[in-house]
Amino acid sequence: MEQIKVTIDKKTLEVPKGTTILAAAKTIGIDIPTLCYFSLGDMKIENKPGGCRICVVEVEGRRNLAPACATECTPNMMVKTNSMRVLNARRTVLELILSDHPFDCLICAKSGNCELQDMAHRFGVREIPYHGEQSKYRVDTSPSIIRDVDKCIMCRRCEMMCNTVQTVGTLSAINRGFEAVVATAFEMNLEKSSCTYCGQCVAVCPTGALTEVDHTRQVISALADPKKTVIVQTAPAVRAALGEEFGLEAGSLVTGKMVAALRELGFDYIFDTDFAADLTIMEEGTELLSRLNKHLAGDKEVKLPILTSCCPAWVNFFEHNFPELKDIPSTARSPQQMFGAIAKTFYAEKLGISRENMVVVSIMPCLAKKYECQRDEFKTDGNPDVDFAISTRELANFIKQANIDFNALPDEDFDNPLGVSSGAAVIFGTTGGVIEAAVRTAYEIQTGKSLEKVDFDELRGMEGIREATIDVDGFPMRIGIAHGLGNARKLLEDVRDGKSQFHAIEIMACPGGCIGGGGQPLHHGDSSILMARQKAIYCEDAGKTIRKSHENPYIKELYEKFLGKPMSEKAHHLLHTHYFDKRTKITIE
Amino acid sequence: MAEIKLPENKLNQLKEICKSFDNKAGELINVLHKAQELFGYLPAEVQEVVAAELNTPVAHVFGVVSFYSFFTMTPRGRFPISICLGTACYVRGAEKVSDEFKRLLNLKLGETSADGKFSLTGLRCVGACGLAPVVLVGAKVYGRIAPENVKDIIKEYEEL
Ligand code: SF4
Ligand code: SF4
Ligand code: FES
Repeated sequence: MEQIKVTIDKKTLEVPKGTTILAAAKTIGIDIPTLCYFSLGDMKIENKPGGCRICVVEVEGRRNLAPACATECTPNMMVKTNSMRVLNARRTVLELILSDHPFDCLICAKSGNCELQDMAHRFGVREIPYHGEQSKYRVDTSPSIIRDVDKCIMCRRCEMMCNTVQTVGTLSAINRGFEAVVATAFEMNLEKSSCTYCGQCVAVCPTGALTEVDHTRQVISALADPKKTVIVQTAPAVRAALGEEFGLEAGSLVTGKMVAALRELGFDYIFDTDFAADLTIMEEGTELLSRLNKHLAGDKEVKLPILTSCCPAWVNFFEHNFPELKDIPSTARSPQQMFGAIAKTFYAEKLGISRENMVVVSIMPCLAKKYECQRDEFKTDGNPDVDFAISTRELANFIKQANIDFNALPDEDFDNPLGVSSGAAVIFGTTGGVIEAAVRTAYEIQTGKSLEKVDFDELRGMEGIREATIDVDGFPMRIGIAHGLGNARKLLEDVRDGKSQFHAIEIMACPGGCIGGGGQPLHHGDSSILMARQKAIYCEDAGKTIRKSHENPYIKELYEKFLGKPMSEKAHHLLHTHYFDKRTKITIE
Repeated sequence: MAEIKLPENKLNQLKEICKSFDNKAGELINVLHKAQELFGYLPAEVQEVVAAELNTPVAHVFGVVSFYSFFTMTPRGRFPISICLGTACYVRGAEKVSDEFKRLLNLKLGETSADGKFSLTGLRCVGACGLAPVVLVGAKVYGRIAPENVKDIIKEYEEL
């Protein structure tokens, strides 16, 4: 690649042609402030509208200041990133943004984690000289996400996530000039829209305009209620990210400390969603094999490929966008919901308490789980299988509120029996993990042989769409993997058009899978954080004695004592679900 | 699940419009122009159908409709009053004329009266600069209007 020479703040350097001033400056440690610009480099996700102008720099020979994020270096360019003129211009930009921004920082959900607040802090803004009219939109609350559009600074990162990456298209810039914000069609409630609750808009919003619905208070009152037995389950991706909230390096595994903290917070039983992930593999794997074997026996009716169904945002996506394919995904419920169903039947019976006196809380990297646990299919007589789903971020805040010194906690173990899991369950937390877990079990059940190597490197990685063929004793099983709903859409279109060659497809809505979920500690555009979390997940798997779901002794016991066989009637009733057509209907009046 | 209802003939005509532009999302603005000609305005239902036909998110359609002042989501009145706010009309006092209409009808630009009789919009140059300031009521042109004339114009239609 052609190299060009540029000089930034008197330092001369060479960069490949096409490099922006922002990126060039970064290589020599100059951190030009940005607001609208956003990138997750390794995942090829970028937002570059060049709109906010906080990143302006002076380029010799140009009359106007140039936005560093959207201006490419040219040969022998001379750039000043901190001249008086630049600093004044940036301050004016910031003051103008702040003049139309609410001043409720103290009680804003993003406080302490807000890029706009950081910017005001960095610039030492002490007063706002402009006092204009402030825009007033209503606050929209959905089961998972709150939109407080008055806090929108029109960076359009969420729009990029929702449209370009997820291809959902719920959010769009509307109106013009002063009134311009990002909103839904007709400013309808998110709940009425095609939103999947993937939370990727929340994950990138620099301000408090998009945040999760906080359920911590409800959890605290359940814990304070002596009549309630409160059970907690933790999703696999949480343990690979929670530590970041306490200053630990990305990729630190904090499983033991997390368990200790939950015990300290007063939960009666600390269980693991991973147990239910093993259960999911038993059900989903059996379903996969049954469809596959019918197909091999020449059954033309059987639907293939089978699609995984663990990700609730993905489920919402196909219910809205591909309802005609709704009998293709596995009917297996997500691990969160399997856990809730087993806890409120099997385990409640064991404890001798009613389901009403049991409260199931889940700690999730995900905002769609909040919506999922409120779905009517997952309730018995109005009582939900999972009462509250709180995000990794909410748990971190809860731990801080309770003045627990997280980093000083000892490592503790999950409780038995719903806290025991295999390595296969842990990898549910990353893209590629669910299908690898399924392959480990399906292979052994199908062939009756024991795998020599349980690691399937061909299924791992961060490419948005991956494919691999696994040799199942002579039968080539073709597997597709997509993460990010835009990538899922591509595979789905092939399925719809009869062009798909896969036998099984794993889909996760969030880029990276659950490790990049909308409820995780904010990565602020640093994709190396996602990479580190993924590594941590595989590391936890490698360290487990049991690596395959069907070898989890408590899973075997659960089938012996309670469920019978995978796909039994009882299993069907408790562990499977059905899907709905949620596409907007156009009818004749 | 959202449900959208439209009369059959209108629905078919709308689909025809989309088809005449090959159902291309890139033709959205042209489709919306024609759709607004057909319906007089662009209610949510119409935008939903256009979105479905052009295979583009309805939020995007709404984004475009809300961006351009030409598009409207409120039905026009039986007597749509349009005031030219182009340069020639403007310098000859169109704003005062517009203010007088707003005052007498108690409407803002872009609004329609509760009884559906009058609606008020501002227009860019209508090409009758010689007659500035110009007001249109439906297709009828009123030229060289001063604020004092506004009362009489409204009166003409009040009895109808
Ligand atoms: S809602 Fe947040 S992410 Fe979206 S445009 Fe506004 S400030 Fe940016
Ligand atoms: S949660 Fe996902 S689908 Fe919903 S608006 Fe945000 S990005 Fe779009
Ligand atoms: S960060 Fe460069 S224009 Fe917004």
